[in-house]
Amino acid sequence: MYKLLLCCRYLRTRYIALASIISVTLGVATMIVVNSVMSGFTTEMRNRIHGILSDVIVESRGMDGFYDPDRHMQQIAEVAGDYIEGMTPTVIVPAMLNFEFRGHNIARQVNLIGIDERTQSQVSDFEEYLQHPENRKAMSFQLREGGYDTQDHQAGPEAQPRTQMETAGWEHRRNWAKWQTMQTSSYQTRWPVEKQVAQQQAAGTQASVTQSSGQLPIQPPPLLSSAEKTTASTISGPIDPFAAAAPQGPVFDPAKEQHPGLVLGFALGSIRDDTGTDKFLVLPGDDVKITVPTNGRPPTASSCDFTIVDFYESKMSEYDAHFVFVPIRKLQKLRGMYNESTGIGWVNSIQIKLKPGADGNEVREKLKKIFPHQLYNVVTWQDKQGPLLAAVQMEIVILNILLFMIIAVAGFGILATFLMIVVEKTRDIGILKSLGASRRGIMGIFLGYGLMLGAVGSGVGMALGLVFVDNLNRIADFVSWVTGQPVFDPSIYYFEKIPAIVDPLMIVWVVFGALAIAVLASVLPALRAAMLHPVEALRYE
Amino acid sequence: MNKGLGNMLLETVGLKKSFHKGKVTIPVLAGVDLSVRPGELLAIIGQSGSGKSTLLHLLGTLDAPTAGEVHFEGRRIDNLSSSRRDKLRNRHFGMIFQSYHLLPELNTFENVLAPLMIRYSTWGYMTRRHKYRDAATELLEIVGLGHRLKHRPSELSGGEMQRAAIARALVAGPDLLLADEPTGNLDHQTGQEILELLCRLNSEQNLTIVMVTHDTGIGAIADRVVRLVDGRLAEARAPETRTTKKRIPA
Repeated sequence: MYKLLLCCRYLRTRYIALASIISVTLGVATMIVVNSVMSGFTTEMRNRIHGILSDVIVESRGMDGFYDPDRHMQQIAEVAGDYIEGMTPTVIVPAMLNFEFRGHNIARQVNLIGIDERTQSQVSDFEEYLQHPENRKAMSFQLREGGYDTQDHQAGPEAQPRTQMETAGWEHRRNWAKWQTMQTSSYQTRWPVEKQVAQQQAAGTQASVTQSSGQLPIQPPPLLSSAEKTTASTISGPIDPFAAAAPQGPVFDPAKEQHPGLVLGFALGSIRDDTGTDKFLVLPGDDVKITVPTNGRPPTASSCDFTIVDFYESKMSEYDAHFVFVPIRKLQKLRGMYNESTGIGWVNSIQIKLKPGADGNEVREKLKKIFPHQLYNVVTWQDKQGPLLAAVQMEIVILNILLFMIIAVAGFGILATFLMIVVEKTRDIGILKSLGASRRGIMGIFLGYGLMLGAVGSGVGMALGLVFVDNLNRIADFVSWVTGQPVFDPSIYYFEKIPAIVDPLMIVWVVFGALAIAVLASVLPALRAAMLHPVEALRYE
Repeated sequence: MNKGLGNMLLETVGLKKSFHKGKVTIPVLAGVDLSVRPGELLAIIGQSGSGKSTLLHLLGTLDAPTAGEVHFEGRRIDNLSSSRRDKLRNRHFGMIFQSYHLLPELNTFENVLAPLMIRYSTWGYMTRRHKYRDAATELLEIVGLGHRLKHRPSELSGGEMQRAAIARALVAGPDLLLADEPTGNLDHQTGQEILELLCRLNSEQNLTIVMVTHDTGIGAIADRVVRLVDGRLAEARAPETRTTKKRIPA
């Protein structure tokens, strides 16, 4: 009883000891905040990566891919059908994206992914990241009339509205076509000589046409829907429609027709400014040009026009800045991966979605047995993003070690303060002994005192940490406002807010660790107090 | 009263104590043979530095003798384990000191209750606390501190602090009160009041008191006075001079 009473009284009267545990408080608060934010980031990232990638991927090691995806999928189903929920073939190929923005030819290096729009969403969250509500329900490579999101559907209402998206769709395309027609006619009247030169070059080698016309100050718009361009053997650059189109087929009317559909990575078609507003370079309805290497030996460049039908925004900047999706059949034809006579194509990967609870590693091992390792690479989504996830995990571990060291340093502060308090309380210890208190009792007072200090310190720290996490974004905004430096730049992660997940187990561990350190730090002073000779202690002035 | 009759409450046999200062050994007690009878008020008088406090500490098992034995109620206590000695101090001995030795963090009432809090576990104390609160209040009334229950020691005068210390020493119902110069820090008048209180407790409650002091005048109220000279005891006065004590106004 006296232990408890004295602990409480010491706690209330020794402010110096309370000062010594402020570091414990801060350490605990920091650990909780850091761990919450880190696990928020990790979870968010894992979810996104997992949503973007399918569970297991069978990919060919060569650029050519493998023939007949249906037969491969059948083989996969035979071996691991019990675990598999869905499969879809894809063609993934590095490509170049070109589009024009106010007379500037903008080029981007992209990851072109040919997908089967009917089965793609069975293996990943692909559709969830599209910007048209209908596309999120059932994806289509046909341009929509309008109705694209003007508000980021994944972020809260605080996100900056995307007013430019209001006209996206056919409305934008018609306006663009009208403007193009005006431009072309004025261009023709203003640049008759250039037109002739372009015509002559178009009649010559077509590859050089692509280059030279790309250097024109205002490039005439590619208005051709050329069916023959879909075969890989035919390479075509932008051709003056009035020179070359007429003999090749019906005139392509951009106001009414579209090229094959294309879903553009969000960061490829827009730039986010400091205020978080997205400035669009292109919109659904605009045309872009894709250049891919063909399957030939050596590969040659093959280009085709596509019409943007939607944006893909996964909020993982790496993906949003590189992914471009096109219909798989179109891409196969463009690259010469399609056998016209059999109607069967080549693909270079098969995406597999597993049933909930199925072990990806197990499926991977099963599939590795049937596909020769030299030709096929079977990976899980974790394998694919292994280095990134491992790096984040390592960051968390190191941060925790460093922060725990802060609390350990605080432990030495407690140790020193406690030794001081024991010296100060020497006479009291003598008095207690003269009243019959045992050594264990004296030790108990100081251990209990340490425990109470630790409890107060880590309790306050926990509360501070939780309040901090709860108001994380408000605090980040405030710090940004005070320092003028953005604390959290949404354009880096494409998160609107700092994600945070509070794991109760983590809190238990942090608080328990802080308590343990406080108690450990009080062991030595408590032992010292217990070992004091009662007579010496009583004489102490 | 059975003073001087029956077994001795406390006895020492050839008690020796020496301290070491570096390589020098300083003998303080050189063989003390002392007997305390139940119910008597024994005064041990000695010069400053004569080892009276050391003797009292040895009697109270706060310190271990270099040689010799201490017996309490016929049993040897100086060689008991430390936890047995703690228990003995808590249950059978009460101690008061020259500088009162109250715990500054606790108020008067809590200070008085401290020995009982030490004796019992938290649960054990909480179940009995009403009884002990009454006992402590009563004791504080007896020592004349009934009005200062909630005051901290720093708010009390020296005399009040010593009264509180006496109440604390008595609350656990000890067989023996060991007083180490209880009036040493008090002015004459207050000191006299404390002595009267001790006399009253001795006579009314038949409390055995061993008091050490350097003040020969105070020794005059005791049933028996022994002198500590050069680490040995010299009987100064016969125990039957009880009448002397009566002369002091009570």
